Amino acid sequence: MKTILSVLVENHPGVLSRVAGLFSRRGFNIDSLAVGTTENPEISRMTIVVEGDEYIVEQVKKQLNKLVDVIKVSKISSDDSVSRELVLIKVDAEPKNRSEIIQIAEIFRANIVDVSRRSMIIELTGDKDKINAFEELVRPFGIKELVRTGLIAMNRGPKTIKVDEEEKD
Amino acid sequence: MKITAAEALIKALEAEGVDLIFGYPGGAILPVYDSLYNSKKIKHVLTRSEQAAAHAASGFARVSGKVGVCMATSGPGATNLVTGIATAYMDSVPIVAITGQVPTGVIGRDVFQEVDITGATAPFTKHNYLVKRAEDIPRIVKEAFYIASTGRPGPVLIDLPKDVAETRIEFKMPGKINLRGYKPKVQGHPLQIERAVEEIKRAQRPVIIAGGGVNSAKAEKELMELVEKTGIPVATSLMGIGCFPQNHPLSLGMAGMHGSPRANIAITEADLIIAAGVRFSDRMTGKVSGFAPKAKILHIDIDPAEIGKNVRVDIPIVGDLRVVLSEISKNSTKKDLYEWYDFIEKISKKGVYEKKGMLCPQEIIEVISQKTKGEAIITTEVGSHQMWVAQFYEFIHPRSFITSGGLGTMGYGLPAAIGAKFANPGKTVINFAGDGSFQMNLAEMATIVENNLAVKMVLFNNGGLGLVRQLQEFYCDGRYHQVNFKFTPDFVKLAESYGIKAERIESRKELPQAVDRMLSEEGSFLLECMVDIRENVYPMVLNGSPINKMIGG
Repeated sequence: MKTILSVLVENHPGVLSRVAGLFSRRGFNIDSLAVGTTENPEISRMTIVVEGDEYIVEQVKKQLNKLVDVIKVSKISSDDSVSRELVLIKVDAEPKNRSEIIQIAEIFRANIVDVSRRSMIIELTGDKDKINAFEELVRPFGIKELVRTGLIAMNRGPKTIKVDEEEKD
Repeated sequence: MKITAAEALIKALEAEGVDLIFGYPGGAILPVYDSLYNSKKIKHVLTRSEQAAAHAASGFARVSGKVGVCMATSGPGATNLVTGIATAYMDSVPIVAITGQVPTGVIGRDVFQEVDITGATAPFTKHNYLVKRAEDIPRIVKEAFYIASTGRPGPVLIDLPKDVAETRIEFKMPGKINLRGYKPKVQGHPLQIERAVEEIKRAQRPVIIAGGGVNSAKAEKELMELVEKTGIPVATSLMGIGCFPQNHPLSLGMAGMHGSPRANIAITEADLIIAAGVRFSDRMTGKVSGFAPKAKILHIDIDPAEIGKNVRVDIPIVGDLRVVLSEISKNSTKKDLYEWYDFIEKISKKGVYEKKGMLCPQEIIEVISQKTKGEAIITTEVGSHQMWVAQFYEFIHPRSFITSGGLGTMGYGLPAAIGAKFANPGKTVINFAGDGSFQMNLAEMATIVENNLAVKMVLFNNGGLGLVRQLQEFYCDGRYHQVNFKFTPDFVKLAESYGIKAERIESRKELPQAVDRMLSEEGSFLLECMVDIRENVYPMVLNGSPINKMIGG
């Protein structure tokens, strides 16, 4: 089972390694981890996808909460949230294949952000399934390189995850 | 007037009420030692290794209830602290460790005596700091002491680069601490407390398991109040020893792997477990599915992460034990538990041993227990002797049993005894050791002599590693390997070379007088007792067994 956790942390050096270290030493599996600052530059938000049952997720939440630099840990329900991942894929794009690749990219509303004589870089955002489907379609042309950001997620509606105030409706 | 950050560090430590630091100087921490030279408030104790400095700070903290402070230089100085820091972390002991670091400009270049100590200690410190700006020193010191001593106590490390320490700043101690990510919960949830009171009313066979948390929270009075109000018997974990007097009629003794049959069977038969500040380590629970199978479990802990970590919990209460226990007592009444007492009374309270052949470690401990009337502070190393002390010394005061429970650190006892003696100079301090553990930090005899500390040392010499041997007996079909020392020094002569009085005994006839001589000696004393390496610790719960299945009990 995969669970999305949104973790607000102090924007200090070393915090990421504390969080990542906690996962490795407690034997938790991170599926993906994405970090960036929030609207408040003193605070960063980590979106962590954890693989594990209810017990594991509860332990992850509690152990994260013990870290002094962790301000808040919230679970994001996958039913009631928007989640996205960004991927850059460099595909083999022989001239004969190029139009077919462009067509597939269009269907997926992907952007072609770089073209050379023999390759293309395609940028795509979406949820995991969409990205997986796209990856499968372009795989036969030859994927030279692929990089994914990891999932970021946000609750739908006015509900927010913020510091110093409880989640509100 | 501007002062250096190193001076600011000393001032900030003074402002936190620090009057004692255990440490070992070196190049990177030179500015701090130079500033400490001028302090009139802080005494520095020079140990013989950094590890001992950390253990001494931890012994000091465990006995005094204050934050212990240790200090070392960068690189090997810092890594030598690591075992002491991890020991403190596992047993929730508040210490602040200060390390020197190479100058910021060369950090990361593998220069002389550089090590990433904040990275290394992140997994077993409550929090740690690499100080990058000199102005941050007063705030960081204040935060470090606050974090170490509040909530679930633990070690905090401050790593101070040499150039930062030399930078001049305006010194100003900050006011109130506000860490938005750190807000320990003190009050228990009223609804949960109500549920707890209801369950206590209903229970016919309740048992309190008191852990190290009772000692840390200084909640022994509140625990006694609950026991007196309800009549519920008390078992303790190893770390909980002393938080409830073992001579009390409702004391069941220690539970767990080498616990008393009375505690282990009562827990297994109980219908309600009130777990107070105990973390259900594997040494306490045995096979988890067989732990308290008939009981509802009420778990009170200040650390929410401990609740439900190792055993299922029916009623979780997060909060400070003093507050929560007194809230529960307030609404509880005396219970009629005579059937339960009758059942418990029939189970033996202690492990047994045969007083024949060579001198038995258990009888030595019993004699010392009787002669000191439970009034001594006992420290131990780790091994068979540690378990025997837990079983056969009758502890009646909190903070009187100082041992490495969680990490099981050999070499802990002697430096911890130094810290204990500084924390409470009026009390007799006795370190029990095996010859294995004793050899790990015996150089600290020099620190003992240098500081005129009357630390008594009881050394069980069985020429090897008794507890590992016992494990090999059970789990390796008696293939004893690397557990017998082929060479052992003359410990009496060794102690005498430090100027410490010492005596060796081999028979039970000599025992009472030798103990008297040790206890009446004004200074430190080493009593070496020749014992049999074949003497095992019983009762024992084998791996994979529930705690009521004890062998040799």
